[in-house]
Amino acid sequence: MTMIFGVPLAVFMGQLTLGLVNGAFYALLSLGLAVIFGLLKIVNFAHGAQYMLGAFAALLGFRYLGINYWLALILVPLVVGGFGMLMERFLLRRIAHLDHLYGLLLTFGLALIFEGTLVNFFGVSGARYATPEVLQGGLNLGFMFLPTYRAWVLVAALAMCLFTWFMIERTRLGAYLRAGTENSELMQAFGVNVPLLITLTYGFGVALAAFAGVLAAPLYPVSPTMGSSLLIVVFAVVVIGGMGSIMGAILTGLGMGVIEGLTKVYYPEASNTVIFLVMILVLMLRPAGLFGKEA
Amino acid sequence: MADSQAIKAPSAVQERQKRADMRRNLFYIALIAIGLVAPFVAYPVFLMKILCFALFACAFNLLLGYAGLLSFGHAAFLATGGYVTGYLLASYPGLTPELGIIGGTLLATVLGGLFGVLAIRRQGIYFAMVTLALAQLVYFMFVQAPFTGGEDGLHGVPRGELFGFISLRSNLAMYYFVFAVFLFGFALIQRTVHSPFGQVLKAIRENEPRAISLGYNVDAYKLLAFVLSAALAGLAGSTKTVVFQLASLTDAHWHMSGEVILMTLLGGVGTLLGPLMGAGIVVSLQHVLAQSPLGNWVNVILGIIFVVCVLSFRSGIVGELTKMYRKNFK
Repeated sequence: MTMIFGVPLAVFMGQLTLGLVNGAFYALLSLGLAVIFGLLKIVNFAHGAQYMLGAFAALLGFRYLGINYWLALILVPLVVGGFGMLMERFLLRRIAHLDHLYGLLLTFGLALIFEGTLVNFFGVSGARYATPEVLQGGLNLGFMFLPTYRAWVLVAALAMCLFTWFMIERTRLGAYLRAGTENSELMQAFGVNVPLLITLTYGFGVALAAFAGVLAAPLYPVSPTMGSSLLIVVFAVVVIGGMGSIMGAILTGLGMGVIEGLTKVYYPEASNTVIFLVMILVLMLRPAGLFGKEA
Repeated sequence: MADSQAIKAPSAVQERQKRADMRRNLFYIALIAIGLVAPFVAYPVFLMKILCFALFACAFNLLLGYAGLLSFGHAAFLATGGYVTGYLLASYPGLTPELGIIGGTLLATVLGGLFGVLAIRRQGIYFAMVTLALAQLVYFMFVQAPFTGGEDGLHGVPRGELFGFISLRSNLAMYYFVFAVFLFGFALIQRTVHSPFGQVLKAIRENEPRAISLGYNVDAYKLLAFVLSAALAGLAGSTKTVVFQLASLTDAHWHMSGEVILMTLLGGVGTLLGPLMGAGIVVSLQHVLAQSPLGNWVNVILGIIFVVCVLSFRSGIVGELTKMYRKNFK
């Protein structure tokens, strides 16, 4: 059997895929955070909870309404994103003129409320969401076994990341968003409806989190606390990459997933902590982050 | 005529200042008196819990309220103080509790220095994220480290004898020791806030570029404030471990970092008494809720308080009371 640094190739490739899949989630979530931060200047602490809401919406939609996975993949981001827009319109907007730390605290409070409420109804143990039939099983690539669903998650997440990049960098709406990020007052003076743009942006960021949640539902146990611990890792990823660029967020997310996967192969004790250690290293060597613009 | 007024004016100001100082001193004396009588009225263990969390919140408030730095990782210092003290007292039976507490506080201080050096490299929102991530790193270390007892935590830490001859086994003796520790921490913070150092911190909070242009080494001031805050949070954690004779992962979890923010916010950010009041309310609330049918809803209720505070109660209880007092009596 082929070995890579003393580890069988199949094991190595398996962990690498796992790492890439985790990385795809980091990328999707940090992308959403970056989009929201760009225009609203707040860190959306409810991002993990919104990811969790996405997974739960898929689970409950299937259980009570018979909504299948593919429909959920489209409907759930719209519903949770719409819910996010209501949050922005009625809560976040009221404190938009204050120090942006208040936005962080407000979304933290909201995350506690969402998480706590669902814990009361569903406990913390987590439920299973069936993988759609088409995506069950796997491919034998000769040197490794590739579960179809993981491959699909990777493709879907990357497609969504590229779609987001295209929307922001290549469309008129995206141009408004970029301009608003630079100077929203000037945009308003030019007659662009900035408050609406802000609501839509927040909704889009939340929808990205919900989309990630639906993708994650068949992969991990769906539990109310699935978002919060993930979010802290995503924060570290954001600190490593900096929130300045879309591509930066995608690349950093994937890269950190791979590093985490490889750590699981060679030094499993540190797999929980390796991303935080990378963050410390980046803070020492390049405090602005790998793709950061601020000094 | 003009001359006599010119001489009289400053003395009137001094007079008013003197009276304000006296009022404040009387207020503190009254508070201390309440603290001394309290254990005969309420359950001492409950009061000690409030005092430990109040010291924790005061330490956090020093950083947020006076230096304008939002740390989302203060649980790490509370837990480090607690674990180290617990480990020292449980494994070296000859050690007196005050030495254990000093040991825990020292290590929390060192950790505060490490956190601070890294975190002050980024500002505002990133500062919060960096401290949160570092605290999570510490959390995972405590989960895996052999001496913390993992998920079970450290149990049966002996209270021992203070200075080798005052037994802390009775809750009353323990209470007065905790009260003394709290007063020490509170006095230190009060002194820091009103010192030139504290004034520079406030200047940095209000306008960092201006403070830099005035020649202050802003990073050094921030770091010192961070270390001081971490040390006091560690002191709170160490004392808490001696009181409850256990140290657990709950203290290291990010929920704890959120709770201390809530205590400070609810009581009043940037007020000296706010964190004390906030800690009192949050701890009492948890105590009451735990025994009521709403026991499972604690986190939801804390979340709602958070949202209400941020939306419409940003000065906190003490802040709002001060505003009301100023409006009606001056």
